[in-house]
Order: sequence, then structure tokens, then C-alpha cells
Amino acid sequence: MKDLSLHILDIVQNSIRAKANLIRIEIVERPDEDQLIITIADNGAGMSAEQMKLAIDPFYTSRTIRKVGLGLSLLKQNAEMTNGSFHIESEPGTGTKVTAVFGMNHLDRPIMGDLVGTLLLLICSSEETNYVFKHQTPSGEFELDTRAIRQVLENVPITHPDVRSFLKEMLYENLEQIQISE
Amino acid sequence: MNKIKSLADLKKLQSDVQSKIKLREKGDHSENLVQIKVSMATCGIASGAKETMTYFIEELDHQGIDAVITQTGCMGYCYAEPTIELTIPDQQPVVYGFVNKVKALEIIEKHIKLNEMVDGIIPVTYHSIEN
Repeated sequence: MKDLSLHILDIVQNSIRAKANLIRIEIVERPDEDQLIITIADNGAGMSAEQMKLAIDPFYTSRTIRKVGLGLSLLKQNAEMTNGSFHIESEPGTGTKVTAVFGMNHLDRPIMGDLVGTLLLLICSSEETNYVFKHQTPSGEFELDTRAIRQVLENVPITHPDVRSFLKEMLYENLEQIQISE
Repeated sequence: MNKIKSLADLKKLQSDVQSKIKLREKGDHSENLVQIKVSMATCGIASGAKETMTYFIEELDHQGIDAVITQTGCMGYCYAEPTIELTIPDQQPVVYGFVNKVKALEIIEKHIKLNEMVDGIIPVTYHSIEN
């Protein structure tokens, strides 16, 4: 993956396949401790202890269409390459939580990339899935809950082009506020 | 300094959009619309499916073409990512491989607007007459 936002997009697809309807994405930047933490937690089907061990094996997948499943393996590799760590916890029936810690200042850490574009694709492509997005940096915190957005929108679909461009601007403006120079 | 957009601003937009939607209630069923499914598994994302999907959403909106654009899983054509499945109403779905922005525009201009297939269909049984 070229950047961290693509990793997020990729891992969230796992949650969608696990039939989650609420997905929490959290990014915490702690430059003083040299940490950038990405957490993705869902309320999907979850995995048994056995499946969880296999999940990070690149040659394991729950799909039948192909024989490899690289999403988690690539994230783990990228995180560990930057002196970070990777952790996954899951409970059948309650959901899965993936945590990747990156060495924030490490030379090999991928850039964040187009986070707004990634979030827009996720938020505006499904009527059923809800997202809670949190981004925390030393300059502030931003939180977005699509359930609150849906409440305001009432019967207007979140996929409507006008809503999409509004959310795009809203995300850009808010994330700019809390941005710290990379 | 401009005020940052908030949920209160969204409320204003909501009433505007709602009145627009009421004007065109009929014919809004998704089976009457062009449908595009973008393959979005690890293989697709790593090859740029995100750019392709964003391009389709923005270009079709820009041109005023109503379409349903969704994400789907891996279709098994990992070598040909990004792949899309295009369904024109009342026609069989068609899968295109290696869909970058240039290809995406070609598909919009020819297949979606003129109903004329272009090169790049998987499986490779179709070639346009120039080839």
C-alpha cells in the first residue's frame, strides 16, 4: 500500500465483509512519543481464536475466489517496519479490533495520504454501514459520527452528490485545523 | 476566517436537497440506472481502485449522469486491477480490467453514453474493430 489511508480503506473492507454495521476508525498522532496509532474496530461477525491466528497469515483467507489474503499482513509488515507493533483482538459475535502502531518519525513510515477521499468513499457508498471517525493530534481532536449526520439528513440519502461535496469540505476544513506538519 | 462547516450547515443543505429530490421522485429505482461496481479488495486498492472510484463518482456527477456506484469485493481478476463491473439497464453486466482514469473516461464517453463497448473487457473475447 502506498499510504496509510489505503490501509484503512483496505482493513475496513474486512469489517464490511464481516457484516458490521458500525465501524470505528481512530487515528492518534503522538509525535512526542514517536507514535502514530490506527485503530479499526467493528461490530461484525468476529473470529474464533483459531481463525485469528490464521488471519495474519498471507496465505489464509476466508474467501474462496483466491488463495491469498494480504490486507492484514501488509499492514502488520508496514507497522513493524517502522519499529511499531500490530495487534488484533476478536470475539465471535461481538466484533474485531485491529490496532497498528507506527513509529511516527521513522523513515519507512508511509504518509497518511488522501484520508478525506478514503473516508468519503466509505461514508458515501453505503446506506447501511455507519462510521465513527476520530482523529487526534496534539493540536486538537475531530470526531465524526455518521449516525448524527443521517439524523440531520432525515430522508435525504447520504450518497447524494450535494451531501457528498458538503462532507468533503467539512472533512477538509476540520482535519486542516488539527493538522501537524509531517 | 471562514467558519468551519458543522451539522447546523448540513441542516440547511438538507432542506435544499430534499425539495430537489421531490421534483424527480419517479424513475429513481436503481435498476433503471447505470450501475458500476468497483472491485475494492487489497489487490484493487493497491492498484488504485480508490482513484478510479472517486473519478467515476465525480465525473458522472459533473456530467449529470445518474448512476449507482458501489464497492464490491475481489472478483478474482487480481492481475487486471482496478476492475469494474458495468451494468447498463436491461443489459448483461460487463467487466472491464485495468481501469485507470483514462480508461474510465473512455468507458463513460463510449459505453455509458453511446452504448458502444470499448477494449479491455474480461474475459478477452471482445476487440473493437480498429484492432
